Amino acid sequence: MSNDANPSWHRKALEHRSALFAVLVTVGISIGGLVEIVPMYNIETGPETLEGVEPYTPLELVGRDIYVSEGCYNCHSQWVRPFRSETLRYGPWSRAGEYAYDHPFQLGSRRIGPDLMRVGKKYPDAWHWEHMRDPRSTSPGSIMPPYPWLYEKTWSVEDAQASMRAMQTLGVPYSDADIEGAGESMQRQSQEIVASLAKAGAKAQGDEQVVALIAYLQRLGTDGRAAIEAQEAAQ
Amino acid sequence: MSVEPDAHRAQPRAVDYDDAIVKKFIVATLVFGVVGMLVGVILALQLAWWPANLGLEYTTFGRLRPLHTNAVIFAFTGNFIFAGIYYSIQRLLKTRLFSDALSNIHFWGWQLIILAAAISLPMGLTQGKEYAELIWPIDIAIAVIWVVFAINFFGTIAIRKVKHLYVAIWFYMSMVITIAVLHIVNSLAVPATLTRSYPIYAGMTDALVQWWYGHNAVGFLLTTPILGLMYYFLPKSVERPVFSYRLSIIHFWALIFLYIWAGPHHLLYSALPDWAQTLGMVFSVMLIAPSWGGMLNGLLTLRGAWDRLRTDPIVKFWAVAVTFYGMSTFEGPMMSVRAVNSLSHFTDWTIGHVHSGALGWVGMAAFAMTYWLVPKVWKTELYSVKAAGLHFWIATIGIVLYVVAMWAAGITQGLMWRALDDGGQLKYPAFLDTVLQLMPFYWIRLIGGLSYLTGMLMCCWNVIMTVKNAPAGDAAVQPAVAK
Repeated sequence: MSNDANPSWHRKALEHRSALFAVLVTVGISIGGLVEIVPMYNIETGPETLEGVEPYTPLELVGRDIYVSEGCYNCHSQWVRPFRSETLRYGPWSRAGEYAYDHPFQLGSRRIGPDLMRVGKKYPDAWHWEHMRDPRSTSPGSIMPPYPWLYEKTWSVEDAQASMRAMQTLGVPYSDADIEGAGESMQRQSQEIVASLAKAGAKAQGDEQVVALIAYLQRLGTDGRAAIEAQEAAQ
Repeated sequence: MSVEPDAHRAQPRAVDYDDAIVKKFIVATLVFGVVGMLVGVILALQLAWWPANLGLEYTTFGRLRPLHTNAVIFAFTGNFIFAGIYYSIQRLLKTRLFSDALSNIHFWGWQLIILAAAISLPMGLTQGKEYAELIWPIDIAIAVIWVVFAINFFGTIAIRKVKHLYVAIWFYMSMVITIAVLHIVNSLAVPATLTRSYPIYAGMTDALVQWWYGHNAVGFLLTTPILGLMYYFLPKSVERPVFSYRLSIIHFWALIFLYIWAGPHHLLYSALPDWAQTLGMVFSVMLIAPSWGGMLNGLLTLRGAWDRLRTDPIVKFWAVAVTFYGMSTFEGPMMSVRAVNSLSHFTDWTIGHVHSGALGWVGMAAFAMTYWLVPKVWKTELYSVKAAGLHFWIATIGIVLYVVAMWAAGITQGLMWRALDDGGQLKYPAFLDTVLQLMPFYWIRLIGGLSYLTGMLMCCWNVIMTVKNAPAGDAAVQPAVAK
């Protein structure tokens, strides 16, 4: 009960004092976030690491930028849950250490299409080449749109280097030599994909954006899987 | 009993309220309501019929979906909240807003941010974090404009002529403070180029920060400010005092304290450390109590005005809004329980849940406020009460179709994903089979969304006709007196 003649404790103590009210609100909304986020930076309580997970190559990094830019995460997760039905469908469940170099994370929240955590090396390069141009050619009935512009637009070395420099600031272990040699590395990796596409009869130059995207997709979950299997074998 | 919403009536009506800014925000609310919902309908169509992606890079589902979420959350709901806050805070504190200049910078700055979002997102310029997609220069602009809003808000409180802060203002204040904290912390990033940046957090830490942000964007943009608006506009609409002052104190403090912990329920069964997942789950379940405190206070304020439920569309909109608030704040905690989440996560059930909150609670509250407020600020009568009543039914049927279709789609797909045969192998190994099963539900959802959009358009027409019929010469120069 409260009215102006007989104000309640809450009114006298807080509603009359707007600054104190604001301070208390700030304290109230800060506690939960602090308790949850700060321990993530403690080795004991934070995400576990996984030996053997490597940073993305420059071409994969550019491919990842395309993945983010096209909003793939709106339909595809990168997060295998520890259920039999998921490990049967996708492979080993996701470990925290596998995401160590993911800025931003791409776990996703809705599977309109399948999870992509372990899509790496699941299909040949040519499958992805066909699939991105016409999803229904490889997956009859698919509701995914085609991405023809990824075959016209090209990636650039400068872009990759800008990304690597930013990542370097964030603690991703790229050396200056890695950044320097990005062009060479991208050339090599893209030509490997071109060669594997050529074997399947697909003609690519290597500088198409889709080639970088294929490099990224073919990498997804592979070093994590190897590390997990090595760990399990050792036990 | 507390009768704050009407407290100013006893006072002389001398304050020169700024209603011009309220009008601007109302118009922006309606415009972006149409845009945001239209994009939503296009997305719904794309899922049912993929050629609706139009073969253009700017119109694929992946690029338009962030446009839809940003438009309805920040443009439609944002402008709606600002309109309601700027109208009510002046009356509650019996003073004009702190600064007309800041009000206008806030308005135009916010609209420019929306414009920048509408251009950049279809171009594929994104940070890639759900509900925080906007690129870093726009993020900085948001922070600046939010600070402008905060100065205007707290400045108005500082010059208030009423000693105490009414409950609505507590809720507004929690939004002003929390959204600033969430936005700044979640957006910390290192730019690589003018349009691209990478968050300073990696992997699971980035995921945790993002969902701390994401869930509390729901909490402090789609919930607390609208509860604040409910505490002002609902008692006004039914001309009755708020049911319980004591309940409002308890549920306010409990709500803002508990909400902030709930984010990790978006990451159940992920690689997030177990202790964080458990905290998220436990606090989400506890959230039922303060959420229902708000619902009960709203519904019980309607007590004694139930006869008007049959005749007054504004009361109908409020009753359904508060009911949907209660439903989705029961459903949310339930979905945060690991066992339920293992089925519902990654499915359309989540989409249905969000929309029962967004269409049912936020949207219906926005319409309730609009139909009450437009005649007030333009000093006239609502053009068509009948059309508003029809809008109510079209919108309600639309929500029901939408939500039921998504429940059915989500549970269907979730069960198919996990189904094992007698040999312990996947019963539906082809993922695509589980997608194609959803097509009938996607068409029903499209019809639901179209109904809701139709209602939105009717609301716009009704407002346009109301404003057209407003007395001439009613411009911002004329002092706007209370009531």
